[in-house]
Amino acid sequence: MFKQTAQELHNKLINKEISSVELTTSLYARIEKVEDKVRAYVTLTKEEALKQAKAADERIKNNKDVTLLTGIPLAVKDNMCTKGILTTCSSKILSNYIPPYDATIVTKLKEAGAVILGKTNMDEFAMGSSTENSAFHKTKNPCDIKTVPGGSSGGSAAAVSAGEAILATGSDTGGSIRQPASFCGVVGLKPTYGRVSRFGLVAFASSLDQIGPLTKNVADSAICMNVLAGYDPKDSTSVNLPVPDYRKALVNDVKKVRIGVIKELMGEGINPEIKDSVKAALKLLSNLGAEIVEVSLPSFEYAVSTYYLIAPAEASSNLGRYDGVKFGHRNKEAKDLISMYSKTRAEGFGPEVKRRIMLGTYALSAGYYDAYYLKALKLRTLITQDFEKAFAKCDVLASPTSPTVAFNLGEKSSDPLSMYLSDIATIPVNLAGLPAISLPCGDKNGLPIGLQIIGKAFAEEIIFRVAYTFEQNLKWQKKDQLN
Amino acid sequence: MEINVDHIAKLARLALSDEEKELYAKQLSAILEYANNLNKIDTTNILPTSHAIPMKNVFREDKAIPCNNVDDILANGPETEKHMFKVPKIME
Repeated sequence: MFKQTAQELHNKLINKEISSVELTTSLYARIEKVEDKVRAYVTLTKEEALKQAKAADERIKNNKDVTLLTGIPLAVKDNMCTKGILTTCSSKILSNYIPPYDATIVTKLKEAGAVILGKTNMDEFAMGSSTENSAFHKTKNPCDIKTVPGGSSGGSAAAVSAGEAILATGSDTGGSIRQPASFCGVVGLKPTYGRVSRFGLVAFASSLDQIGPLTKNVADSAICMNVLAGYDPKDSTSVNLPVPDYRKALVNDVKKVRIGVIKELMGEGINPEIKDSVKAALKLLSNLGAEIVEVSLPSFEYAVSTYYLIAPAEASSNLGRYDGVKFGHRNKEAKDLISMYSKTRAEGFGPEVKRRIMLGTYALSAGYYDAYYLKALKLRTLITQDFEKAFAKCDVLASPTSPTVAFNLGEKSSDPLSMYLSDIATIPVNLAGLPAISLPCGDKNGLPIGLQIIGKAFAEEIIFRVAYTFEQNLKWQKKDQLN
Repeated sequence: MEINVDHIAKLARLALSDEEKELYAKQLSAILEYANNLNKIDTTNILPTSHAIPMKNVFREDKAIPCNNVDDILANGPETEKHMFKVPKIME
């Protein structure tokens, strides 16, 4: 059962072929079997999950308020607040934090009748591209447990890929949904900035963060977005636009759709096998009637620098709240307030988080603000303008999601800059606030390769249509390495 | 590039060890060295973008709503007393 999609399981649930309690129990059996190898979760919530499953079965029995996610077991990234359940951000500083409220997306999932299996591992405070920055343990890529699952939503991607959850939520600040989806051979969508409420998402870089689904296929992504998307008065940056039924976008037809291939992401620095796989994907879409055009976005050269000034600057401000006063870890020895703050933070944050706080503090400090932070904000304008120019010529943009397939554990952890540079294809999308999906388009020796499709703001539907058509026509199967 | 790590750590309220200071001084200068590629591009007449989606001030009605989770909030406090968070002394 763990191999099936939400859509398939929904049909079995409403036809009474299975119950949600049976399904949830079988997911925990799967977790029991493979979690030692994968380590996707930081917290499992079996007792609550079985209660939710029982309630879902009641809803289905009475045919009352049944949604496509009713009774479906899923996982939530551990930076989304869950009332009464640990929410740690995989950080020591929040290792004992129990939120007094649910994030809006958690409320929405609960209202839809979903079953929350547990909270997934991540890079501490979502800072990282491998999930190796978790303060608790490293998650392994189910496609090859010698390699990383990507990050920062590595636990969510690995859980879905390993069949330890039917689907999962992730958050994406610079690629943290799409890159792990690509590494683990699943589908990950970063919605348009403002499409999904961030209320209750522990903030990393507020102008870039966005929540989205990690799923086994494109249809499940659309199903999940039907629940997650929508205006929330509690998030002043969420956008008050009607939410379409994304399932209607699941149309197997790309005739006349203009797909722009990003020249800058098909050249140097991208692994040859990745380029070949993406070229083959474009050939397939072209054979299906799409028009392929080449577009150039020259400002992408500056995207990594721009991002690694803006995101740490915002983070250094957002993470100011971890001071040992109202929640989380506190240094007990300090005799005065300021040294309590400084010691608490030095003990509670891991190396990558400290590095980014230092970098962001530097970029915002007197004398450097104009040269770094303000300069980066201006480059952000240029990157956004380049997207606008490109979209004058095409309906969606395409590129690889990552320049490489999943790398080995430990391979990049000593060189932060090389880790940052691997975000080149995903970062520009966040800077411009656009929606983008990553879906599998092939593999290199069993390690999945991701195709990224980017849309205009609030154009998730055309992304779903292109992605769905591609998925329906691609003959590729993820290899299951765990059995 | 020379970075005054002590000053930045103080601003960031991070009591870093000497090893950490040395490491971050090295790594931050490598990152900032790389970020200096931004200077290749003239941005004199470019306006900064701080937010991807254009947005004006967002207001809501100033209305009191019940808040019944005070105990849950205080339960997370490392040290509390009489419904207050307790901290080490602030002044002599």
